[in-house]
Amino acid sequence: MKRYSAFAVAREAVRYHSGWERAWRKVEPKKRYDVIIVGAGGHGLATAYYLGKNFGITNVAVIEKGWLGGGNTGRNTTIIRSNYLQDPSAAIYEKARSLYETLSQDLNYNIMFSPRGVMMLAQTEHEIRGYRRTAHANRLQGVDTQFIGPARVKELCPIIELKGPRYPVLGALWQPRGGTARHDAVAWGYARACSDMGMDIIQKCEVTAVRQSGGKVTGVTTTKGDIDCDKLGIVVAGHSGVLAEMAGFRLPIESVALQALVSEPIKPVMDVVVMANTVHGYMSQSDKGEMVIGGGADGYNNYTQRGSFHHVEETVRALIETFPMISRLKMLRWWGGIVDMTGDRSPILSKTPLENCFINCGWGTGGFKAIPGSGWGMAELVAKGHSPLTAEFGLNRFREGRFIDESVAAGVAH
Amino acid sequence: MSTRLPTQGRLINRDRDVAFTFNGTRLTGHDGDTLASALLANGQTLMGRSFKYHRPRGVVASGSEEPNALVNLGEGDTLEPNQRATTTEIFHGLKATSQNHWPSLDYDIGAVNTLLARFLPAGFYYKMFIHPRPFWKYVYEPFIRKSAGLGKAPAAEARDPDRYEHFYAFTDVLVIGGGVAGLQAALSAAQSGAKVLLLEQTPHWGGRTPVDGGTIDGKDAETWIAETVAALDAMPNVTLRSRTVGAGVYDHGYVLGYERLTDHAPEDRGPRHRLWRIRAAQVITATGAIERPLSFAGNDIPGVMLAAAMRDYVVNYAINPGDRTVIVTNNDDAYRTAIALHEAGLKVPAILDARPNGGGALMEEAKALGLTVKTGAAIAKVKGHKAVHSVLVTQQDSDGSETTEIFCDAVAMSGGWSPVVHLWSHCGGKLTWDATQAAFRPDHDKAPTSHDGQPFVIPAGSADGEMNLSAILQNAAKAGQTAATRTGADKSSDAAPTAEAPDEAPLAPVWMMPANAPLKLRAKAWLDYQNDVKVSDVQLAAQEGFESVEHTKRYTTLGMATDQGKLSNINGLATLANALGEDIPQVGTTTFRPPYTPISMGAIAGEARGDIFQPIRKTPMHDWHDANGAHWEPVGHWRRPYAFPRKGESVKDAVNREVLATRNSLGLLDASTLGKIIVKGPDAGRFLDMLYTNMMSTLKPGNCRYGLMCTENGFLADDGVVARIDEDTFLCHTTTGGADRIHAHMEEWLQTEWWDWKVWTVNATEQFAQVAVVGPNARNLLEKLGGMDVSKDALGFMEWKDGDLAGVPARVYRISFSGELSYEIAVPANLGRAFWDKLLEAGKEWDITPYGTEALHIMRAEKGFIMIGDETDGTVIPQDLGLDWAISKKKDDYIGKRAQARSHMTDPDRWKLVGLETLDGSVLKDGAYAIAGGTNANGQTNTEGRVTSTYYSPTLQKGIAMGLVLNGPDRMGEVITFTDGGDDTKTARIVSPVFYDPDGEKQNV
Repeated sequence: MKRYSAFAVAREAVRYHSGWERAWRKVEPKKRYDVIIVGAGGHGLATAYYLGKNFGITNVAVIEKGWLGGGNTGRNTTIIRSNYLQDPSAAIYEKARSLYETLSQDLNYNIMFSPRGVMMLAQTEHEIRGYRRTAHANRLQGVDTQFIGPARVKELCPIIELKGPRYPVLGALWQPRGGTARHDAVAWGYARACSDMGMDIIQKCEVTAVRQSGGKVTGVTTTKGDIDCDKLGIVVAGHSGVLAEMAGFRLPIESVALQALVSEPIKPVMDVVVMANTVHGYMSQSDKGEMVIGGGADGYNNYTQRGSFHHVEETVRALIETFPMISRLKMLRWWGGIVDMTGDRSPILSKTPLENCFINCGWGTGGFKAIPGSGWGMAELVAKGHSPLTAEFGLNRFREGRFIDESVAAGVAH
Repeated sequence: MSTRLPTQGRLINRDRDVAFTFNGTRLTGHDGDTLASALLANGQTLMGRSFKYHRPRGVVASGSEEPNALVNLGEGDTLEPNQRATTTEIFHGLKATSQNHWPSLDYDIGAVNTLLARFLPAGFYYKMFIHPRPFWKYVYEPFIRKSAGLGKAPAAEARDPDRYEHFYAFTDVLVIGGGVAGLQAALSAAQSGAKVLLLEQTPHWGGRTPVDGGTIDGKDAETWIAETVAALDAMPNVTLRSRTVGAGVYDHGYVLGYERLTDHAPEDRGPRHRLWRIRAAQVITATGAIERPLSFAGNDIPGVMLAAAMRDYVVNYAINPGDRTVIVTNNDDAYRTAIALHEAGLKVPAILDARPNGGGALMEEAKALGLTVKTGAAIAKVKGHKAVHSVLVTQQDSDGSETTEIFCDAVAMSGGWSPVVHLWSHCGGKLTWDATQAAFRPDHDKAPTSHDGQPFVIPAGSADGEMNLSAILQNAAKAGQTAATRTGADKSSDAAPTAEAPDEAPLAPVWMMPANAPLKLRAKAWLDYQNDVKVSDVQLAAQEGFESVEHTKRYTTLGMATDQGKLSNINGLATLANALGEDIPQVGTTTFRPPYTPISMGAIAGEARGDIFQPIRKTPMHDWHDANGAHWEPVGHWRRPYAFPRKGESVKDAVNREVLATRNSLGLLDASTLGKIIVKGPDAGRFLDMLYTNMMSTLKPGNCRYGLMCTENGFLADDGVVARIDEDTFLCHTTTGGADRIHAHMEEWLQTEWWDWKVWTVNATEQFAQVAVVGPNARNLLEKLGGMDVSKDALGFMEWKDGDLAGVPARVYRISFSGELSYEIAVPANLGRAFWDKLLEAGKEWDITPYGTEALHIMRAEKGFIMIGDETDGTVIPQDLGLDWAISKKKDDYIGKRAQARSHMTDPDRWKLVGLETLDGSVLKDGAYAIAGGTNANGQTNTEGRVTSTYYSPTLQKGIAMGLVLNGPDRMGEVITFTDGGDDTKTARIVSPVFYDPDGEKQNV
């Protein structure tokens, strides 16, 4: 693989960039792999990458029904934070956040991690108490967050209205090392690195059956034929239920549409990410200049990547109250993705009733920020059968009532 | 320099001048001008700078597809960035500035990027700025951010002075687009008897047809349009709205319309924008077609314009776009521009037709006018920088190495037409590739379907791929009739009018000009003008494996600009298909997403802003609280008094005073915000037995019972006192924040699971004012008011009674959340304030003291009562809180019962509720954690508990707290350490959570 650098770009410029090779090889599936990952989104690709990097397992195929990174990896609002309340969540999200810090260098691909800081506004006494508690928990978990007062909020984000007529801003939970990254680049960077390790990324290849024998997985049937494997990882977010059904088990997952939108681009005006959970909305500004906006998930289940207007209406309304200067900006584009929600709104990274078949799903509205940590833990789980990062996220927790509920800390989609 | 032509200009009124400014310069246009036409009339062809390379940009289109001519409109509070000059109607005093340059539009430092363009191809930033790591945050990104962005950001303190509104509309047939197709479709549907709503995004009806010419029913097009609009206007079942764009089509015929009411006349009163929320049985998309640019080197230089747009400027606005205009085309339509320019007296040195055999009747007409037509010809390159200097002409079927130069100051290009299929596609309509016209058109077999599985969108006219005037009208009439028939309308409509327009020869697809252009030319051939995506960028993406059209879009940013690829997408994906050696339909399009054109955030929010964003709910006593110094706290949608500090008194001191006054004599609390849900019906008891963990069906009328509600997962969700009013009526009190949620929870279960149970619920929270009269003198006060017997024997603890107090009808509950003798009295809301005043007056002799939520919290904590949201956080079950006594063992089931039987829930080693007392009497930190020692497998500090409520108790004069601690109740007396994770640590002893009057002697008197 040719390494990317400013020098390489300059060298190629001379010949009009005719020498750049493919970012990932175009391949047809082999007959057999040690591990097959279904789903070439961020989580699937990261799982493959750390299988190779941490465990030397490189006879790996990542199979994708559509185009890589085309699901929620390419549809989210790119927020990265780890200010979670419960220990297992804080562990995996902080692992992800810390891996993001050096991911551009690790992958030799600029994923533009921008640790610009994330704040969650406290707009009721109850939220103040909740975020103070989270800050205490975070410190014990090794996550750098702090509770800040309104003056500091205004200093960090001058476009906030502190004294809105409805919900004054009373403070915020501030994570200075949270931020954003270029979402597509995360998928592309991992794909390029996986391909470079000799892994096969097979796009436009749909899995139609999971093959098994004696309670163990033996391979998959795809639109490009049968492919054998020793181990199978299912990492397909919104369509997890469909794949699980093929593998013969059921999941406590509901799929709903989550929407996001961007304004037309304007010159930089907001350097941090702000989440306002009381009024249900969050906003940041992309490096391109667009205000990137998200809000709540739809209340009913479906698989269309659209969504309903009333959520967008509520979100925009909430954000105009929080940032009145956006009123005369215009909404440029508005889209939806399908998020897979569990009963406790925390993910599933788990063995399954089918031996050697593993599943990683249920990230709901918060998957992008977790990609490197999720891949790291999932790779360990697949390779060794156990990972401290994933230990609490097993499927059994629903049967045992061992929920990891973040509703206190993240009562809003994000 | 462009000037106004002496003739033409059907949309402008030359008798009325309009003064405006552009970059501070005073200019004059005419009434009817768009900002773009007015700028052109003033010779201002340079209107902006592109996003990436800061290339000079002039207007290229004449409608909402314009990617270049974007301006900052207005200033200060009314600044609106990225406003399209082509759709901005000018008005007196309009102020516009150009965007994305420094120091000025003419001299822009950022244009250095043009020189560096070779080093900045598609996706260059993914390959660079990787090392050294800190440079990304501190050097590279700040620089990129600063140079990116487009329009000017409104100031942080800008406050939009305008109003916006939402409007709900229901119609049988919604027609989007008021060109001849839309007018005909609306007419046919209306004649069939359907109720019709017709939207047009511009201020004018008829679309392109008045400019393009042709006759309809033997009349000139303009006459037919005027007559048809008048006919529609006269029909009672038709509503017409211009300046209203169909922004998005959603499931089941839901459509958003965006009406710009006063943008063209800011002095007018009324809302600025109106968002139409339309529910239509059938939607007709008569959205027209958009002309495609041609991809040749230098096609982005100001002065290069779409052929039809140039015709618009000549015919509609009498603009001279250039004294010498070269036409370049692959179809017949552009000849109309040549003819229009010629008729306006302007020179057309050459018409370059890429087709080897040229065109049909229109070509012959042009030739007959003496115009030069070169067939099989192409532009190899446009020379110029901020304006067109000349074109280098070559053969289309060549590599562009052999050229001849033609001097000119404008170029009109046409690459064919793409039907506007956006609205058809928003809700799932599929497309089919029309090889003849080289365009995607709606696939009628795969229309968007509604709730009944039947199609609900019909494309009409050129939006359906019809390009001939007669065919357009036929197609539109049929669309109108079909739509009306589907809605049940059964009248017959008139046949479509006949039209006459010249037959056109087929176009020849031209995706690169010349066909074999070398890289050097391809790197100067623009696809996306705003984002600076060139043919070479798309080819690079394909070369690097970004083969999906979505990958290419995201890698190159093609089509991601403010025009969302209206001009660039088809050319881009044809380029991609060629690079991949695939057919265009195989590559497919990117997803068409709403809105069709950007709509203002203000319009989306509508009226609900400021004070009415989420109206503050007020109890009948709210104004009294306000007048008596309430320190407010937002709780749910209410504001509740946190405390009533007196002059010079701190909030903290006020809280302590209120607690002591209540404990020692008499306190008064406005408890009106507590949820009050009436549950009624023969099955009400059975229903509440399922809803609450304890038994409610056995409650006797006249009695009250404290109850707990859990989620399906077993977690405690709400609590409150239930009173049985009569045999089949219960009144359930909920927490303030929980009222709406719990009511919805009840309804969800009733409507989805127990729909055959005879139970009705109503949220009567606001029907009552409720006051808690609390303290040793509470009974004395009520007896003084008189009207009913409230003695211990007549009204025991946990009983209620209807009666009369001081002449006010009242329902008195003898319940206590403070541990004191306490009555909660509900009176009709409209008598609430009067009743409150009577209590205050009569209570003077006992120094009656109104108290707020904080005193309420402290008193309940002193008494060891839990608070939903403090002791609970969605992860706590009643058993954790020592509330096992409130869980019925007799019932077969209740919501949460099965969940609470799961192994982790019944695990004896859980964090459970205890009281906590610091050894030094100080107050523990809210949300502090108890450290267990060591770390877990992920390196996190182990914990064994946390503080859930913590207060200074003025009654006990020390800090008291409640908390959840591992096996807490079994560890009474043990001392454990709490921390905030930092340096703050405190030791506390585990004690009973009931700090005050453990035997209940104070409340049972």
